[in-house]
Amino acid sequence: MQIYLPIADIPVNVFLVLAMGLAVGFISGMFGIGGGFLMTPLLIFIGVQPAVAVASVTTHVAASSFSGAIAYWRRNALDGTLAITLLAGGVLGSVAGVALFTWLRALDQLDLVIGLSYVTLLGAVGVLMVAESVRAIMRSRRGKPADLRRPGSHIWFHGLPLKLRFKRSKVYVSAIPVVAIGFLIGFVGAIMGVGGGFLLVPMLIYLVRVPTVTVVGTSMVLTFLTMTWTTVLHAVTNHLVDAVLALILMVGGVIGAQFGAHAGQRIRGERLRLLLGLLVLSVGLRFALQLVLRPEDLYSIRVIGGGP
Amino acid sequence: MNGARSMLAVALVLASMFANARPAVAERLIASLSNHRVMITSNYTGVELVLFGTIERDAAGPARYGPYDIVATVTGPRESVRTRRKQRVLGIWVNTESRTFIDPPSYLAVLASHPLDAITTVDNEKRLKLGIRNTAFPELIHNDIGEVSNDPFRTALVRLMRERGLYTEEPNAVTFLTPTLFRAAIWLPAQVPIGTYDVDVKLFADGSLITRSDSAFEIVKVGFEQFVVNAAREHALLYGLATAMMAMLTGWIASVAFRRD
Repeated sequence: MQIYLPIADIPVNVFLVLAMGLAVGFISGMFGIGGGFLMTPLLIFIGVQPAVAVASVTTHVAASSFSGAIAYWRRNALDGTLAITLLAGGVLGSVAGVALFTWLRALDQLDLVIGLSYVTLLGAVGVLMVAESVRAIMRSRRGKPADLRRPGSHIWFHGLPLKLRFKRSKVYVSAIPVVAIGFLIGFVGAIMGVGGGFLLVPMLIYLVRVPTVTVVGTSMVLTFLTMTWTTVLHAVTNHLVDAVLALILMVGGVIGAQFGAHAGQRIRGERLRLLLGLLVLSVGLRFALQLVLRPEDLYSIRVIGGGP
Repeated sequence: MNGARSMLAVALVLASMFANARPAVAERLIASLSNHRVMITSNYTGVELVLFGTIERDAAGPARYGPYDIVATVTGPRESVRTRRKQRVLGIWVNTESRTFIDPPSYLAVLASHPLDAITTVDNEKRLKLGIRNTAFPELIHNDIGEVSNDPFRTALVRLMRERGLYTEEPNAVTFLTPTLFRAAIWLPAQVPIGTYDVDVKLFADGSLITRSDSAFEIVKVGFEQFVVNAAREHALLYGLATAMMAMLTGWIASVAFRRD
């Protein structure tokens, strides 16, 4: 069944988009991530303009992270203070991100920057995750107990002023790095159409040393708030949010996430991280190839304005 | 009121007298479309319009030796387009050069009863701007507007538009059912922009243009599609907030529906 998307201006197969939502939702539920980094490239692949894909996936990520956040809130597994401190940076970050997005689009370099950001971020995060999980798997093979000491026990920014106590997470750190992390996530999210959970969770664990109990829930709350805010910003500045596309995606996404969460509980932690790392890495690699290989067509066109 | 009407009547009579007085025009071309208003609804995946027409021949006109030929040109709304070219910079492919074309047609279909070269002379094709090849593509050159005929960017624009099905040139799309009755199918793919489309039908005989007929149709978004586009453009903030609310509602419904505790 074909349906015409009013903002993307193309007809798409509803079941195809729904299936993409389900598949990405499954993965996001399994790993506890938003899944934007998979959804945006898939939409671009089926012919949605990159700018519309990024803006609409933002809405989809808002929906899936909201349902996740509610689940964690019921289990009291999130840190409200931490989420709000991160959000302060996140709001500013997405304003900067949307502004840069608009500017790059006018310069015809948006697709390049989206591609480059994907390669850099997914490549780096993917390599780190794969390396870390392989080490963890090797260690458990040798029968040694898992290394419980959190890495980076004292980094320079732990000496910064404006210290805040985050009760639920039992950490006492300066607000400056927390706001900065929030800014980065909001910024990256606006440009790449991703929630940034795959960046935020490791940063909170390794840099701020937030315990695993609250980290995923807090990340979901932040993702939800920044993505909702970014949706509104994208709608106001670029008029590119396709509500119909977003709705189909989110319906598939939230259902898929439920099954994914089930599947995720049956796999051991380090195996799960290895799988996620490989997934992140392969998406990054796909973008890298696209940038490096000679494109099939060197020319592209973009409509820049109506006539008289 | 009455006076105005009789004035109009006189004008019409005069106009028809002048029309009849022109000696070269012995044929009248009457063309119409199967539909003058194409509506884009949620199940829109492209549509086919039928152009049909007839040639009325005046017995007093000059004798024609060859058969009639028709060239129909459908031109969509005009929008400025930027054509960009990628180049390898530090190992990656980047859009480096671009050209801005001022208001080329967003849709162009040239439907003919024979290949254009067989219908008329190359000079006539150029003069009448017949076919994609002879269509004007003015581009922006340092705040000036000019035509560059051998521009690779222009070639690329035409090629990309052809690949998307937005530009077509079909030499055998117009079929004559009788020597004076013809029809042609105009295919409008799903990605055609909304707006007014001009249909210019030219009648040729013995290599020269005899007469032409102009008509138009429009493509509009209606109902829900129209509503969404309007909301997104005119009430961007409300639209954004509504979309965000929709996301929250979906998320909340999911969390309630799949609650396991």
